[in-house]
Amino acid sequence: MSLELKNVEKKVGIDTHIHTTSLKLEKNTINVLLGSTLAGKTTLMQIMAGLDKPTSGEIWFDGKNVTGMKVQKRNCSMVYQQFINYPNYTVYENIASPLVITGVKTDEIKQRVGKVAELLKLSAMLNKKPDELSGGQQQRTALARALVKDSDLILLDEPLANLDFKLREELREELPKLFEDRDCIVVYATTEPSDALMIGGNTATLLEGKVIQYGKTLEVYNKPENLISAKVFSDPPMNIAEITKRGDNCKFTDNDVQWKSSAKIKDGTYKIGIRPHNITTYKEGNNSVEINGKVQISELSGSESLIHFTNGNLSWVSLSNGTQQKNVGEDTKLYMNTDEFLYFDQNNRLVNNG
Amino acid sequence: MNKTINQKAWYFVIPVFVLVAFNAAIPLMTVVNYSFQETFGNNVFAWEGTRWFKQILLSERFHASLGRQFAFTFIILLIQIPLGIAIALTMPKKGWGVPVCLILMSMPLLIPWNVVGAMWNIFALPDIGFLGHSLNAMGFDYNFTQQPGDAWFTTILMDVWHWTSLVVLLSYAGLNSIQPAYYQAAEIDGASRWATFRYIELPKMKKVLTLAILLRFMDSFMIYTEPFVLTGGGPGNTTAFLSIDLVKMALGQFDLGPAAAMSLIYFFIVLLVCWVFYNLMMKNEAQS
Repeated sequence: MSLELKNVEKKVGIDTHIHTTSLKLEKNTINVLLGSTLAGKTTLMQIMAGLDKPTSGEIWFDGKNVTGMKVQKRNCSMVYQQFINYPNYTVYENIASPLVITGVKTDEIKQRVGKVAELLKLSAMLNKKPDELSGGQQQRTALARALVKDSDLILLDEPLANLDFKLREELREELPKLFEDRDCIVVYATTEPSDALMIGGNTATLLEGKVIQYGKTLEVYNKPENLISAKVFSDPPMNIAEITKRGDNCKFTDNDVQWKSSAKIKDGTYKIGIRPHNITTYKEGNNSVEINGKVQISELSGSESLIHFTNGNLSWVSLSNGTQQKNVGEDTKLYMNTDEFLYFDQNNRLVNNG
Repeated sequence: MNKTINQKAWYFVIPVFVLVAFNAAIPLMTVVNYSFQETFGNNVFAWEGTRWFKQILLSERFHASLGRQFAFTFIILLIQIPLGIAIALTMPKKGWGVPVCLILMSMPLLIPWNVVGAMWNIFALPDIGFLGHSLNAMGFDYNFTQQPGDAWFTTILMDVWHWTSLVVLLSYAGLNSIQPAYYQAAEIDGASRWATFRYIELPKMKKVLTLAILLRFMDSFMIYTEPFVLTGGGPGNTTAFLSIDLVKMALGQFDLGPAAAMSLIYFFIVLLVCWVFYNLMMKNEAQS
């Protein structure tokens, strides 16, 4: 069982919502669609579900061409950012609704709903109406509705976006477990790179209606094929600068900071990408290099410190562990872990991928 | 901490008190005044106690007009609410059709009420009116000035034409506030069109429909101008609804006492029905 998009393209009027895309999702996988708002995640999901038809290209499911087949005839379910439940049904009736429509026997419905409700910690609320539940519970109900059906394809469109922080963390941890032993393909759309890392599986990075890269989540994160994919998969945003390399010696174009690089690449000018957590207030790794910075913004969250600083023309972000108190305007020393630098050539392709 | 006491603030409230007094309280008290007394002009009043109230509540004439009023309101609600929802469902959701439909729908609401009455009067005249003449030409014996059934038919048709738009506009607003994801979710579940309406659209429209029913109830229960111009309450008294009957009594017969008592009873009925209706709706709201 697999879901395959073959050269799928979607145009609305003169706007291209999805540029020609091919993607193959395998059975028993969780696939994250990672991209900012309007990157085309929802459109892509609606095409996968059959809620929307591609302008050109084909969709194959389980070895069959299902392009243009209506959503009712496919076995899929979807969870939305908004908590979508039938307003005047109880939680039980809501979860049972897809089974009732397909004519499953009452006993079986009872048993299946009970099981799913337990999995999602809804057992105590089966007789309540959605309005009486918290946002988290409403979304759990919607998730239960999607799970109870035993769909082949489960689509989750930013399911955690409307939840407050604590509930989001809680549900995010549970999600991968929910799909563990199910014979289905899960697609999870999100704008947050941390969601993708937490969920694991595979990730497709999207920008402006194009799939930039698709592969194992960690691989995409550690070895982004190109600068765009690296940018999409980095939060806080990736720091980028131009450098020149001569032999083992590397140097920023904008300042005098130098370091030795073991990357097996030709001499020349490159762009490097540095993830914020590789610039810290303390030394990390064996090959760290010092850089001076003028503090612009200093944000402390409980366990991490985000320091925005400038160095000449560079305006960068660093992320350190612990609470590193810095004053705005202060000159400070930071350390870059050069082992983690990503080198991109003039065509923005990653070159140190060995 | 000491609370500062400054009674000057009352001065700011006085204008409102005066306004409300002239606007509502004083006219209402005049009516109350008349309802308990008999007057023969020249500002001479005689105390009558609750006599007028008893007389009105026991009079067959009042029972008849109240019955007609409830029947009329019930019938138009029964037609306008489902019809309004049905029209709203078929209206386009985007494109050039939206403004066209909305403007067409608002037209009847913008026409002055007595113009509506006059329009329909001419429209329905059996000899020269388009509707009346056509019906007769088709073989129906139609004459709204002489046959009570035809008079009712015309009055109801006129009200449906005039006011269904309000229900349409409210329902349309309610429908438009439903997020597309609900329809998609229903589609994925394989829900039928009817199920989508019954379990998504109708519950989501509940609030605007409550408002629509309440507004249509009050307006139709107090209807005066249009039937007055159309039928004048006739033939006989067959379309004399409460307010028409009230005006006949007050200004036609100059029975100021009974008319005042009747207005108060009328007022309390409207208040009571609205209160009961509102509470029932809110009770449902609290449950769900």
